Amino acid sequence: MAVRTLDDHLRASAARTPAKTAIVAGDRRVSYDELDRLADGIAGGLIASGIERGDRVGVFLPNTVEGAASIYGVLRAGAAFSPLNPTMKAEKLGQVLADAGAAGIICETAHRGVVGAAAALAPSLRTVVCVGEGEAGDIPFAQLAAHEAPRSLRATAIDLAALIYTSGSTGKPKGVTLTHQNMTFAAASLAEYLEMQHDEVVLLCLPLSFDYGLYQLLLTVLVGGTLVLEKGFAFPGRVVGLLESEGVTGLPGVPTLFGVLLGLRGLGDRELPALRYLSNTGAALSVTTIAGLRETFPAARIYSMYGLTECKRVSYLPPHLIDVKPASVGIPIPGTEVWVEDGDGNVCAPGEVGELIVRGPHVMQGYWNDKDATAKRLRPGRWAWERELMTGDLFKRDAEGHLYFVGRKDDMIKSRGEKVAPREVEEVLYAVPGVRDAAVIGVPDALLGSAIHAYVSVFEDAELDERMLKRACAAKLEDYMVPQRIEIRDELPRSTAGKIDKLVLSAQALERLAAATA
Amino acid sequence: MSVRDELYDYINENFLYLQPDLELTDEDRFLELGVIDSTGVVELVGEVEERYGITVEDAEITEDNFGSLAGLVRFVSSKRTAAV
Repeated sequence: MAVRTLDDHLRASAARTPAKTAIVAGDRRVSYDELDRLADGIAGGLIASGIERGDRVGVFLPNTVEGAASIYGVLRAGAAFSPLNPTMKAEKLGQVLADAGAAGIICETAHRGVVGAAAALAPSLRTVVCVGEGEAGDIPFAQLAAHEAPRSLRATAIDLAALIYTSGSTGKPKGVTLTHQNMTFAAASLAEYLEMQHDEVVLLCLPLSFDYGLYQLLLTVLVGGTLVLEKGFAFPGRVVGLLESEGVTGLPGVPTLFGVLLGLRGLGDRELPALRYLSNTGAALSVTTIAGLRETFPAARIYSMYGLTECKRVSYLPPHLIDVKPASVGIPIPGTEVWVEDGDGNVCAPGEVGELIVRGPHVMQGYWNDKDATAKRLRPGRWAWERELMTGDLFKRDAEGHLYFVGRKDDMIKSRGEKVAPREVEEVLYAVPGVRDAAVIGVPDALLGSAIHAYVSVFEDAELDERMLKRACAAKLEDYMVPQRIEIRDELPRSTAGKIDKLVLSAQALERLAAATA
Repeated sequence: MSVRDELYDYINENFLYLQPDLELTDEDRFLELGVIDSTGVVELVGEVEERYGITVEDAEITEDNFGSLAGLVRFVSSKRTAAV
């Protein structure tokens, strides 16, 4: 059958191998046929509840069967889904739902309170679906899923499929708009270079709300493999157990996950003959971690990759080069092109540093409702109808064309593989009564990629300590954005222009780090 | 001090201050309540190894053993018994 929309992947796999296990989550095993029918029911139920073609529906669920099925159900209803991190707090959730003009949200009992508080900020929200016990007026998930399938195909390839919110340097989250075409292209390109097979068993410990996690679902369903869903990797003993018991073939991770795994005693003695590949993105793998992975998983291919939500993925290092060029993130993904450009728009010579530009069918359509931000990332391309993505990341390439990440043009931090805007954390700190100044920086950390450090000065009569400030952050921010360290100082260093000098703070943090490891 | 009280104090000191309104019971699951995340568990494993002189194998870092105060007390006690 022809694949036009993302949910066609599910239809095709369900038609090909209906009895095959699509999703494993805890004790549940769901076949392709069951997943397909679940998506049908959700779609029918959403339409019956008043969700219309083109509406945006938030999926505010952890890694569960319901979370995975909801994504396909929303799409099948002709609507677009917005994956939302379940640790998001009420105020931000409200902001995001309001920005998206979301008509519906699918959540579970544990987060129903947060949704209630957020709904007050999002007047567009009409439908709340709750997995488990909800509130009066909610549609129980089980009831939704019991509906008949909608009769006609409701979306086309150029319709909006997903609205993925990502941190922006201004501190305000931006919605990346992706069509079905964007996403079916990206999924096929990724599956191609990962050489994914129909017998793939992918273990996902990263949240489905994170686009890297989301794509594991899309890729597995595309090839007709099995996705094992885990709620995080807090208990790595369970991860190790699943690698063995499920015969996992693919393990997507971020440096934090691989760091935790390599720190385990006994892992290297296990034989994991099924494990074919490990993939990393979100932040660069250190050369030490790569060496550790090579030693612990000698038979697995290691993919070092680079990307941004705005085009899903940019590049990957062909795995046979991992020992030769461990610091490189390789070549553009199949079907796309990239180049490094100087400030005047000239293509840089090998070794020269410039901005990475991306061109291909995976490039987003723009930021939702934000023309100015879109204009800073997308510019007219080779043809009148196309636009190129200016990544804002500094790169260089070597003589053979392999890419190397050099740094960012803005001050965004990558922690646990996720993007954190210092401004967003600073705003939470500034909102604490008694805080005079706040500055947030990223500091290299073996486990986190970058640790988030905050420096705060307080007014004289303020009685604040680090713990109170950390608590304030934990109450407002997603878990991965909460600073690991908050330091209160009499005064923060300032540049001659009077701005807080983050370079001085970074230099001091690095000195302390060097002293601690010396 | 009992192992339970020592471990409660450690968790209280290092993790619970983020949620001052939470009254943690021995059976409460850390992860569900957001008390501890993946890096927190790594710290907890290190602490338990050092404090009680035990060795934790990869497959032992499960929710049963490290996911609640009660689980942790059971795990530490059984490891210490095994070591004697």
